[in-house]
Amino acid sequence: MIPAEFDYQCPSSVDEAIRMLADAGEDAKVLAGGQSLIPVLRMRLAAPSVLIDLSALTELTGVRDDGDSLLIGAMTTHYEVQRDHLVHEHARLLFAATNTVADPQVRHRGTFGGSLAHADPAGDLLAPVLALDAVMIIAGPNGRREVPAAEFFVDYFTTALAPDELLLDVRVPKCSGWGAHYEKLNRVAQAWSIVAVAAAVQVSGGAITQARVGLTNMGSTPVRARAVEDALVGQPATPEAINAAAERAAEGTSVGDDYKENLARVLCGRALTSAVTA
Amino acid sequence: MTATAEPEVGRARLRKEDARLITGRTTWTDNVQLTGLLHMAVLRSPMAHARIRGIDVTQAVAMPGVLVVLTGEDLAAEQGSLPCAWPITEDMKAPPAPALAVDQVNFAGEAVAVVIADNAYRAVDALAAIDVDYDELPVVLDMNQALAEDADLVHPDLGTNKSATWVFDSADAGSGGDVEQAIADAEVVLERTFRQQRLIPAFMEPRSVVCDPSNDMFTVTSATQIPHILRWMLSAVLGIAEHKIRVIAPDVGGGFGGKLQVTPEEVLCVLAARRMGRPVKWTESRTESMLCAHHGRDQIQKITLSARRDGTVTGLKVELLADMGAYLRLVTPGIPILGAFMYNAIYKFPSYRFVCTNVFTNKVPTDAYRGAGRPEATFAIERMMDELAAELGVDPMKLRQQNWIKHEEFPFTTVAGLTYDSGNYEAATARALELFGYDALRAEQAERRASKDPVQLGIGISTYTEMCGLAPSRILGALRYAAGGWEHASIRMLPTGKVEVITGTSPHGQGHETVWSQIVADRLGVPFEDVEVLHGDTASSHKGMDSYGSRSLAVGGTALVRAADKVLAKARTLAAHMMECDEGDVDFTAGQFSVRGTGTSRALGDVVLAAHVAHDLPDGMEPGMDADATFDPDNFSYPHGTHLCAAEVDTQTGQVKIRSYVAVDDVGTVVNPLIVDGQVHGGIAQGIAQALFEEAVHDEDGTLTTATLADYLVPSAADLPSFTTARTATPATSNPLGVKGVGEAGTIASTPAVVNGIIDAVRHLGVSDIEMPCTPERVWRAVRGSSDGGSTAPEAAGGLGSIDAQGGQS
Repeated sequence: MIPAEFDYQCPSSVDEAIRMLADAGEDAKVLAGGQSLIPVLRMRLAAPSVLIDLSALTELTGVRDDGDSLLIGAMTTHYEVQRDHLVHEHARLLFAATNTVADPQVRHRGTFGGSLAHADPAGDLLAPVLALDAVMIIAGPNGRREVPAAEFFVDYFTTALAPDELLLDVRVPKCSGWGAHYEKLNRVAQAWSIVAVAAAVQVSGGAITQARVGLTNMGSTPVRARAVEDALVGQPATPEAINAAAERAAEGTSVGDDYKENLARVLCGRALTSAVTA
Repeated sequence: MTATAEPEVGRARLRKEDARLITGRTTWTDNVQLTGLLHMAVLRSPMAHARIRGIDVTQAVAMPGVLVVLTGEDLAAEQGSLPCAWPITEDMKAPPAPALAVDQVNFAGEAVAVVIADNAYRAVDALAAIDVDYDELPVVLDMNQALAEDADLVHPDLGTNKSATWVFDSADAGSGGDVEQAIADAEVVLERTFRQQRLIPAFMEPRSVVCDPSNDMFTVTSATQIPHILRWMLSAVLGIAEHKIRVIAPDVGGGFGGKLQVTPEEVLCVLAARRMGRPVKWTESRTESMLCAHHGRDQIQKITLSARRDGTVTGLKVELLADMGAYLRLVTPGIPILGAFMYNAIYKFPSYRFVCTNVFTNKVPTDAYRGAGRPEATFAIERMMDELAAELGVDPMKLRQQNWIKHEEFPFTTVAGLTYDSGNYEAATARALELFGYDALRAEQAERRASKDPVQLGIGISTYTEMCGLAPSRILGALRYAAGGWEHASIRMLPTGKVEVITGTSPHGQGHETVWSQIVADRLGVPFEDVEVLHGDTASSHKGMDSYGSRSLAVGGTALVRAADKVLAKARTLAAHMMECDEGDVDFTAGQFSVRGTGTSRALGDVVLAAHVAHDLPDGMEPGMDADATFDPDNFSYPHGTHLCAAEVDTQTGQVKIRSYVAVDDVGTVVNPLIVDGQVHGGIAQGIAQALFEEAVHDEDGTLTTATLADYLVPSAADLPSFTTARTATPATSNPLGVKGVGEAGTIASTPAVVNGIIDAVRHLGVSDIEMPCTPERVWRAVRGSSDGGSTAPEAAGGLGSIDAQGGQS
């Protein structure tokens, strides 16, 4: 497999990267971990004139404690997210989902921000990020702006990022002490999810006080299962309450596929059951 | 020279070839670098069926680095027609098969032009600049539709989409009764239709060819399984004198039958190199491999089985449709015929009829793929035995026991006319049941059914035998196959006592270098390390029929033993001469000749040196101690075994999990248990892949939508359980080693074991069949009783989806 010819640039700062992006115009592609972009280039499904490689931007890697939230650098690899104690403690749902991403080789190369910016609705990190009300911190020629996850994912492989903008960090509000689980159905380990459900719940005194549920691959973007969340809050953390709520998992989705709708309900029940006992 | 302490045969040696294969520091074809090397890229048709109105190459030839662009018209006078070596009937219809399409394309991915450039990147870049004007033709994809009276035709000149009909009838052959009578008289008749989906061999190393035209010779290096056949066929196709072609199959990374081919690209590389007078290389991309290398399976099997109420089988009728694709490649028409003798399997059917209709469609040709005809046959009969057991309400294993050939009945001549030399189905089955914990799993299954557990448990049984060790040349001739089935080996005894072995087999991952060394070490009493095995170069290994059909050890290994025996016979004569004794008094053990009852001895190495220097040989003895042998088997070999699969079916999601898998195989004598285990493990994985994961899917235009490994789901270790493997050993009586072949066994046995397990888990819910691959969606729909459970549409794998055939080369 041989890609078409392109120029390669490797900026040493975020500002330089933004300048390069602006100079390159719409024909540039940003290279993070390369786990999606490289196959696409090799199959000539895309033929950008310039590739801007972010691998030298070490300021975009790592997880930082920022009070009520975590700040996760866009270039942090899945492997680093998996191993990070802050993620374990305050964003357990993200940890659970990251564990299921592809295989160890991919997790060592692929990046958190790259996966979000690629915006494949079958990708495993979009639904957790949406469910957790994360906020994208974006840099462009006119400075920085923040975009909530709900507005960031626009369509298949399309985000709110302008061609001359870069995703720098993701602000993930802490959910310390919550139970969380990511339940996924795929056919082989390296395949995308047919459907997956990301669930995080806060249980206090046997009752569910807060719930967040996101769906993977149930639409052109990740989907928030609000009906399930609403049905759970205030309920006892019992199988009956969970199953009744999970029945509503496909509400508001429009895939028009009874099998996937069934999976959303079944996997939602399983994710919540694991989450309340996690 | 020292003797080996323990016998080499039976020893689990690590493979001597692995270090170089695993690190890639070896002669993979794409690693070949030559001075002045040019690179070829192939433009492929995005249309499955179209007339070529014209090809404009003006822009492409003007691109940097491009030396020439060739079309089918440019090569029409010299490219010949790709060979089909197996015209199964006298009236078989076969279309001309140009390497480069001249005026019509018949499958998406067919080659329509090649670019020759000074590097591989520029060659690929120029493809996009070639402008082909196509006139679309109606696309023929479905075999039943292809045979309809008013069907569109793949090859209008042939007047039909039917290539041939091949029949075996036990009443006609005198090997059994009339099946129609058996069906008419039967107490129970079952009829089922199974679909063997189209599979892609998916070998690890993509295909690659280099042709060097220098030195008044065409030296063709190719990632092929069949260097000897390729040399012969290139000569036949291109009219180049055979002695002016040298073919090298260097280290080759897998084949599974997928490299048992004479490919368009091999022909095109030779033609391009001849035209340019410079070496030319072509290496395919993964997508190109999936799109254009031949596929496997793709049959519709209609099976009718008759039996008595007590479970005794009385007749078996098999009616097959086999998808050839658009052309007949090297052995395309014969693949389903290799299954013809195997549907009766290990059972004593008194009557049998097999009818196969070979059909053309606008798809890439099918051809050999691991097991080739025999997995399909085994699947059908093993599914039918489970169906019969369900119909009669008896235990499926007991039903098999009732009908199989008993160990004391060997040798046994079957209703298909084969004579099984040896086997012990009782022993293999007893061992498998014990390792599996059959009774405990049946009890758990009953509990789960009773409690309506969302996850149901099923037990899948597959017993099998296969005909391998291809093949007695006389039988191949009777089946109208163009070549023989013998094999050749040479042993060169070097003056220092080291040994060079030359084999006509062509390993592509099997470990022949290790196993051949073990055999020779034992036979000649030399250290394992002192043996070098040469293969895959027609200049050093001038004679051979290559590797496929689990033949290398049973046929090539026997040739090797015979060559070693010739070395010893000559050495014994010379040793007697050297020790001044009668030849009848000479013993040979552990590399030493000795005179019985005396202390006099000579090491084999000393005798070899004496033969080499030739200072004092018996009158009439030629110098040197080399020997050749060619072995043509009298019979096939018949490995067998019993595989058991415990399958958990999640009725809420349709997902299948294999909880445990036991394989007890009888492959006769085992030379290297580690290698046999590896073959069994890989084979089982590949068979499970057919049951659960893999399918080559075409859309309605004939575009392959599973042309990447993101869409065509090859399982990895993460998706498979840890297999429990064990063996019984009933030596073959058809060869001196007692070996039976193991390359295809796992693949043949495992597919029906898994599907039987799935059906067994959900049969009580009203399910009696699920089409392969048994994807979660298909299983879920079957459990729900939905009529569209047999949909052949690809599932959302989340993959990369439809690939533009023209872009496949990048």
